[in-house]
Amino acid sequence: MDSMTIIAVASIVTAGLTIAMGSIGPALGEGRAVATALSSLAQQPDAAATITRTLFVGLAMIESIAIYCFVVSMILIFANPFWNHVIAGAAQAAGK
Amino acid sequence: MRLSPDQMIFWQHGFLKLNGTIVFTWGLMLALAVGSKLITRKLSTGMKRSRWQNLLEIVVTGIERQIEDVGLRHPENYIGFLGTLFLFVALAALCTVIPGFEPPTGSLSTTAALALSVFVAVPLFGIEEQGLWSYLKSYAEPTVIMLPFNIISELSRTLALAVRLFGNMMSGVMIIGILLTITPFLFPIVMTVLGLLTGMVQAYIFSILAAVYIAAAAHTHKPKPEPAPET
Repeated sequence: MDSMTIIAVASIVTAGLTIAMGSIGPALGEGRAVATALSSLAQQPDAAATITRTLFVGLAMIESIAIYCFVVSMILIFANPFWNHVIAGAAQAAGK
Repeated sequence: MRLSPDQMIFWQHGFLKLNGTIVFTWGLMLALAVGSKLITRKLSTGMKRSRWQNLLEIVVTGIERQIEDVGLRHPENYIGFLGTLFLFVALAALCTVIPGFEPPTGSLSTTAALALSVFVAVPLFGIEEQGLWSYLKSYAEPTVIMLPFNIISELSRTLALAVRLFGNMMSGVMIIGILLTITPFLFPIVMTVLGLLTGMVQAYIFSILAAVYIAAAAHTHKPKPEPAPET
């Protein structure tokens, strides 16, 4: 396998693995957060505004971990510097 | 596949590029400024008011109440900055229903700029409330050993603000783009609705986080306690 193939395979596989494994943790964390928020809402319904706001802020912070993984995955697929470098090298070699 | 509105070039002259981000950002600014100017031309304080003034009043009092809930004592000092953040990001998300519009917050440059303005605003408001020495001392709390960690946490939460908003907006646009090539017509509409929802939530999150950071820097009193339940 030449280096172009290796780079392509590594990028594709890593992109898939990144987003797959990176969404497990945040999903579990968000589930636990919402479950705890629901039980505290049941215990104290008049604090609903504070609980809901805090829940949303917490969910956004947990979600950002998944977003980081998604951004890395997108970079690997669409804006991959190694792939661009190798493609530029191949185009130059073909043009010579 | 277009990753951000940076790559939509409308006009180019040498190295000066008028790309989609700039055009849509200025379009949003014009819409917000001109719209507000038109609505506030004849404000009425009585019971009869135009529906647009009513809408603006709902928005402004809603934001004021949220800022107060977070713990900032005089929301009128902060509502200019925080309200603008919320309205800009929310309008950018809402306008995705207009065909041909790409939210400028889907470009890392816009979200980085917004996060940097929060990064600059937090010390400014903190020094305004507490004074320079007292604010600088707060970095060494609870002990001096925490000084580098406090500084690093300031930088990392700025980065997190930028990447969170960028990631959410870009993923919404990209999902719709990919789905349009696979199953056009019905499913992309559902995903657009989801994109609207996450856009509004992210606008709220951005401004609430900025408010929380400013409240932490200004060290104002604890937020108002919840009213006691009726026994």
